Amino acid sequence: MYRYDEFDHTVVAERVLQFRGQVARRLSGDLTEDEFKPLRLMNGLYLQLHAYMLRVAIPYGMLSSRQMRKLAFVARRYDKGYGHFTTRQNIQYNWPRLDEAADILDELATVEMHAIQTSGNTIRNVTADPFAGVAADEIEDPRIYAEIIRQWSTLHPEFSFLPRKFKIAVTGAPHDRAAIKTHDIGIALKRGPDGETGFEVFVGGGQGRTPVVAKSIRGFLPKRDLLSYLEAILRVYNQLGRRDNIYKARIKILVNEIGVEKFTALVEEEWRHLRDGALALPDDEIARIKAYFASPAYLDIPGDVPEFDSKLLTDPAFGNWVGSNVTEHKVPGYAIVTVSLKPEGGIPGDATAEQMEAIADLADAFSFGELRVTKDQNLVLADIRKSDLFALWQGLRAHGLETPNAGLLTDIIACPGLDYCSLANARSIPIAQRIGTRFGDLDRLRDIGDITLNISGCINACAHHHVGNIGILGVDKKGTEFYQVTLGGSADENTTIGDIVGPAFGEDDIVDAIETIVDTYLGLRTDGETFIDTYRRVGLAPFKETLYAAR
Amino acid sequence: MTSHAVTANRLTDGQVVYLTPARTWSEKLHASQLAEAGDDANALLQSAQASVEARLVVEPYLIPVDTDATDGQTPRAVGRRETIRAAGPSVRLDLGHQAAQE
Ligand code: HEM
Ligand code: SF4
Repeated sequence: MYRYDEFDHTVVAERVLQFRGQVARRLSGDLTEDEFKPLRLMNGLYLQLHAYMLRVAIPYGMLSSRQMRKLAFVARRYDKGYGHFTTRQNIQYNWPRLDEAADILDELATVEMHAIQTSGNTIRNVTADPFAGVAADEIEDPRIYAEIIRQWSTLHPEFSFLPRKFKIAVTGAPHDRAAIKTHDIGIALKRGPDGETGFEVFVGGGQGRTPVVAKSIRGFLPKRDLLSYLEAILRVYNQLGRRDNIYKARIKILVNEIGVEKFTALVEEEWRHLRDGALALPDDEIARIKAYFASPAYLDIPGDVPEFDSKLLTDPAFGNWVGSNVTEHKVPGYAIVTVSLKPEGGIPGDATAEQMEAIADLADAFSFGELRVTKDQNLVLADIRKSDLFALWQGLRAHGLETPNAGLLTDIIACPGLDYCSLANARSIPIAQRIGTRFGDLDRLRDIGDITLNISGCINACAHHHVGNIGILGVDKKGTEFYQVTLGGSADENTTIGDIVGPAFGEDDIVDAIETIVDTYLGLRTDGETFIDTYRRVGLAPFKETLYAAR
Repeated sequence: MTSHAVTANRLTDGQVVYLTPARTWSEKLHASQLAEAGDDANALLQSAQASVEARLVVEPYLIPVDTDATDGQTPRAVGRRETIRAAGPSVRLDLGHQAAQE
């Protein structure tokens, strides 16, 4: 894993000290709320419905067990014993006090963590494939480049006041697990004409009230040019992006307004001047960062593990969990484990301090002390020996972390919604809980198969509802919560925006509506088709019919 | 005429509070001073400004309230948002103001 250098340490320490002073001046009256609000937001501290909320950056979702224990400590000592893992691979605390916020940041700084650029019109925390470095289908480890981007974008003087927030995601594998096409910039590692690796660059993706799929503006970018090219994109955006209207300020709007050809031409022109300057990435710098992500000391062991195979047969509950939560690893004899934070009827993405500690211990015991947070609001233990899977599963089970539903219907992605969020129109979590309970039966869940279901409490789309196979958006109609449904969204390499099925459903009808959609799919699917396959074949009409015919 | 109360978030911890007849702040909606919509309500909101300057609360605003059907005076939040603010998350009954109440 990447370890801070002196520079990182100094930056973070100075920033906490500065923020401590700002909080003290706010409490003593030297700063008004209007003066203080932008300062607290720059340090990840929001004011929500019931309390402040602190968002802590987890660069590309990577955590050491030591960091996870610190997150647990903060949850217990400064919050109410839990935290919420988000679709941006970060963690949010829902109950921190203003007068303790600097203490929390001091604690986090001891494990190289902070809340810088988790808010505001800056380049936000860079996200990446949670299976980075271990996926069997990977071209190269995306974390190397995510880390290079993190260093370049952190406190970048020119890009601290962009027209709007800016999000970058990187995938190293052709199968996109980082939803790069929903980001302002999406970067995909790719092989070039001579077999060398470089990047394809996508620009202008976004969610919110205007969902857009990012467009490719460069088919192949050599590695040395990564930062100069990003700088060129950011410069064009910084200069031309709209600052007069918050709803038109994201780069997606600029790209749509001037057209992708014109936008690309402007970037290429800017890049010509930057390309051979200080931002060119020398090979030895890439090698230096790469060393931080060197593979752990894998053992040379056989891929076939008889004791694992026999456990699969003798313990069906274990077999079910392996079926959904265990993924093939690039190294024989190892496996990637997704730890579901979606227990039946639970709150998607929430973990208690005890669970965080338990999983940190399991990471130490079985996975080289490392963990990842996924955009699906789950955790990943990336390097488990197959022969340890059973013991790991038992360890997870002792803490309610063994839900066998990764990638299935009840692996619901949900934002905090009106239970916590001051921007919300409707609640998300209770809908997720009711759907989770309705589809609690595991045989049925497995029969339904791979599907994504995303629920946002307002059009900001923090839970990615536009790109859920089934998307649910909470809306407010005269003080009553309603839920609009979209179908056919997806967030992988074939990213699509879902289609609105029709009029929104009331709180009492939404779960039935989801069941109708699922049953319609089951009736229409042919052998081997997942929900999205069927949807793409048959379209919206049959779903519309079954949903609204009876009304 | 609808009754109104003044609500805000406390500066130090962000907790939801309501302006009382004594011009102090309470975590309980039912302790709040009520005023009829219009001049009375605006005057009540104006009186909260002193607490903003004293750094007790941030962003005070008026909310319409219903009065309880049984006693005709205990105020109740109107709408989902203010109901959740007054009580706490509907999905965690152990948290927020609702946890402290019986
Ligand atoms: C509770 C405080 C939160 C606030 C005030 C907030 C605010 C916003 C706003 C205003 C947008 C729209 C941006 C735009 O369209 O330009 C947005 C988008 C987004 N937020 Fe949040 N959000 C919050 C929580 C979360 C949480 C909990 C998550 C993760 C679960 C999250 C992840 C995202 C993502 C992925 C997007 C869409 C991507 C994009 O277009 O930027 N946010 N948020
Ligand atoms: S989607 Fe809306 S309700 Fe949900 S967290 Fe984002 S801003 Fe809040």
